Amino acid sequence: MDFSIASILLLDGITNGAIYALLGLATVLVFTVTRVIFIPQGEFVAFGALTLAGLQLGQTPGTIAFLLVMAGLVAMLDLVAGLRDGKPAAKVALAVLRAAVLPVLIGLVALWAAPLKLPLVAQVLLTLAVVTAMGPLVYRLAYQSLADASVLVLLIVSVGVHFALTGLGLVFFGAEGSRNPSFWDASFTVGPLLFSGQTLIMLMASAALIVGLWLFFERSLYGKALRATAVNRLGARLMGISSTAAGRLSFTMAAFIGALSGILISPTTTIVYDSGFLIGLKGFVAAVFAGLASYPGAALGALLVGVLESFSSFWASAFKEVIVFAAILPVLLWRSLRDPHSEDH
Amino acid sequence: MRKILPLLGLALLFALPLLPVPEFWITQLNYIGMFALVSLGLVLLTGVGGLTSFGQAAFVGLGAYTTALLSTRYGLSPWLGLFAGLLITLVVALVLAWLTLRMSGHYLPLATIAWALALYYSMGNMEFLGKYDGISGVPPLELFGFSLQSGRAIYPLIWLIAVLAAFGVRNLLDSRPGRAIRALNGATTMAEAMGVSTFRYKVIIFVLAALLASVSGWLFAHFQRTVNPSPFALKMGIEYLFMAVVGGVGTVWGAFVGAGVFKIIEDELKELLPALLGSNGNFEIIVLGIVLVLIIKYAPKGLWPYVVSAGARWWPAAPRARDWADAAPLAARDKPQAGELLLDVDQVRKQFGGLVAVNDVSFQIRAREIVGLIGPNGAGKSTTFNLVTGVLGLTSGKVSFRGQSVGGLSSREIARRGMSRTFQHVKMIADMTVLENVALGGYLRSGSGTARAMLRLDREEEKRLFKEAEAQLQRIGMVAQMHELAGNLALGPQRLMEIARALCTDPALLLLDEPAAGLRLKEKQALAEVLRQLKREGMSILLVEHDMEFVMGLTDRIVVMEFGTKLIEGTPDVVQASPEVMAAYLGTEH
Repeated sequence: MDFSIASILLLDGITNGAIYALLGLATVLVFTVTRVIFIPQGEFVAFGALTLAGLQLGQTPGTIAFLLVMAGLVAMLDLVAGLRDGKPAAKVALAVLRAAVLPVLIGLVALWAAPLKLPLVAQVLLTLAVVTAMGPLVYRLAYQSLADASVLVLLIVSVGVHFALTGLGLVFFGAEGSRNPSFWDASFTVGPLLFSGQTLIMLMASAALIVGLWLFFERSLYGKALRATAVNRLGARLMGISSTAAGRLSFTMAAFIGALSGILISPTTTIVYDSGFLIGLKGFVAAVFAGLASYPGAALGALLVGVLESFSSFWASAFKEVIVFAAILPVLLWRSLRDPHSEDH
Repeated sequence: MRKILPLLGLALLFALPLLPVPEFWITQLNYIGMFALVSLGLVLLTGVGGLTSFGQAAFVGLGAYTTALLSTRYGLSPWLGLFAGLLITLVVALVLAWLTLRMSGHYLPLATIAWALALYYSMGNMEFLGKYDGISGVPPLELFGFSLQSGRAIYPLIWLIAVLAAFGVRNLLDSRPGRAIRALNGATTMAEAMGVSTFRYKVIIFVLAALLASVSGWLFAHFQRTVNPSPFALKMGIEYLFMAVVGGVGTVWGAFVGAGVFKIIEDELKELLPALLGSNGNFEIIVLGIVLVLIIKYAPKGLWPYVVSAGARWWPAAPRARDWADAAPLAARDKPQAGELLLDVDQVRKQFGGLVAVNDVSFQIRAREIVGLIGPNGAGKSTTFNLVTGVLGLTSGKVSFRGQSVGGLSSREIARRGMSRTFQHVKMIADMTVLENVALGGYLRSGSGTARAMLRLDREEEKRLFKEAEAQLQRIGMVAQMHELAGNLALGPQRLMEIARALCTDPALLLLDEPAAGLRLKEKQALAEVLRQLKREGMSILLVEHDMEFVMGLTDRIVVMEFGTKLIEGTPDVVQASPEVMAAYLGTEH
């Protein structure tokens, strides 16, 4: 291996690492706010990439119908729950409308726009809207009523959601993989390195989002409120922070990050309905690196995972997944030596 | 009837291959038996211990690949393959346990996901393991020259192992180590204070679950006669967890119900859904996922409890048979002489950052004394208590117990030396009976380990433990409630039960952390009566309280704390008359 190969591998690793960083951040975000270990994060990646691919072909991806069905289910559940609690009908109707109107609107617009073969940018925005709108609906359907359950129970629910979404992914998109066109075909040479426009977009989008998240949680009142919910649900509730709203918001952000990651990598990698899982898990390894708690830590861990992956695919390509996932073990050892603690639930 | 019905069921189970049952159902039952073996491990790990592994399928794979490789490539006996598989599984499980179990609960599932993926891709890429095609031509098992090649022939072996494993796990849960394991899910601090090494038991149940999975893999390899990576992928690991959750995490027979339901649902769905929906897809996985979420939401204890409650109409659960009347007493420690210096707290100090929570406090307790440690809220009583019992580390100072320094020791070591405590917020195992909860206190006075418990070689010692637990319940007047579930008791009796549990450790010094907090008047009076009686019997007690009236009538001496420092020490009369104490409690006039 000479310097130029090493630098190409490094660039490749950093580019993928940037995506893992986004997913790692989403994992940390969801975990710190809701204590949910969000295994289905990767499904949003696949949904994002493949919904865009479907729109590119002028098809109507199944995700749009799925969004409408979920919105309908949520409306029904809210209606039943509201009436059972004996709330006035007008108030219940208003609450149901408020929860369902946006996803239904997005779904209907998407249904109308899908066959039009709009320009790429419009399709990207449409995809982002469709997948992002799923986030709070998934939270409402699977997690909301279990918000006070243990981490373990929530983890098992996550696994159930992952199963269901993966199976649905196969129904929506079939077993064929898709690859999207590049967003920006320009390329730049710096020394031995060839930066494609796509790489630049990936790096910049990730960096912007990471900084944005950091600012949101460290500087804004709402971000701090979300963190407070993570530390003490009851206490936060007493301070007037709705833990349900916090959960919905964090899932919305997770879905957005997932969809964006999927759209960003789809021009460089072929995405199949279940590819999201492995990509999400690599983000996960990065999040574990940060103890599921620190944003800069997760970002750093993700870059390491990306670089480790690109170098191991050069040296032992068949074993690249083995190496990446086995790398979590020394990380865990390091963490267990650093802060050994266990608590009563 | 209660005895006969399960026996009939077992007889029918083993007679099935002799009956004209279609081959299809024998095959199904073989799979159910092998699946149940794995899910049994998860019952122990997840349901009882509160830990989760998604990597059980990978352990199945370890067992299967080991025997497949040894019996095809090297022509070794499958029975040797079984032991080799168990050995490898043991090593891997120990490494994973050592890496993750010291950290909080969710690192284990994450590590097992990673390990399952790593193993899957290794199996799929290793030349000598046949890559994704796997290893075929695995020989069938042979027993006494008898080939177990057909499904009907291997059926008795699969079910014998599964049923034996189920009885082993059931025996384990009703034993000394079993009570310690049942404390892992949410009562670890209490278990440590009773002398249990909770880390050790976490490792034990993780390893046991892995070994059960490995045995299942061995059976699988010789039943299918071929192995490839796909049945050992992460997806299957998740499905094993699904079985345990559906059947009823925490109940041994739930593992079988879960495995059966899973296998039948999966097969039916594979047939039914494409026929209904008219295209080929992975529909069963959608249904499995949704069913999993619904079960957790609406029947979090799984299906088995419904079976039990349906059966309870005809056969109500019988209380534990009282067979310990003639058991020998447990060994007792030599009791301190009256007046002997028991506890010497010398200038202890605890700082949290800049805050001095306990500021150079000293006091002593002599044998047969009841000493009260009182003070207003925030005075540092509980912190002092935690320093003495080893829950918190000392910043400086010394604590000696019966002449030995105990500063810096873990609460487990301190329990071993003869200090036993109760908790301000009652810590118990709600789904165990009062008697079993109290018997946990006898942990350090007994020695049966996991293997003895699984083989039921521990019954003599169990009788001695229950005899002691019953005697302690008698002592505090709760013997009538000994078969009730601890979680069904009111707060007052729960507090008394904690005292009985502490007494069961045969302590030289009893430490009670706010035992009267939250009690009603009648309950307080009952508690005071029990403490008076213990004093008459010669027990030494440190009582942390903020209820002045309660402490005044009971104690020989009182230590009053305020703002982390010792205000005054003396007899109740002296303390009561002290203007400083009055000021501390009521404030001063300005």
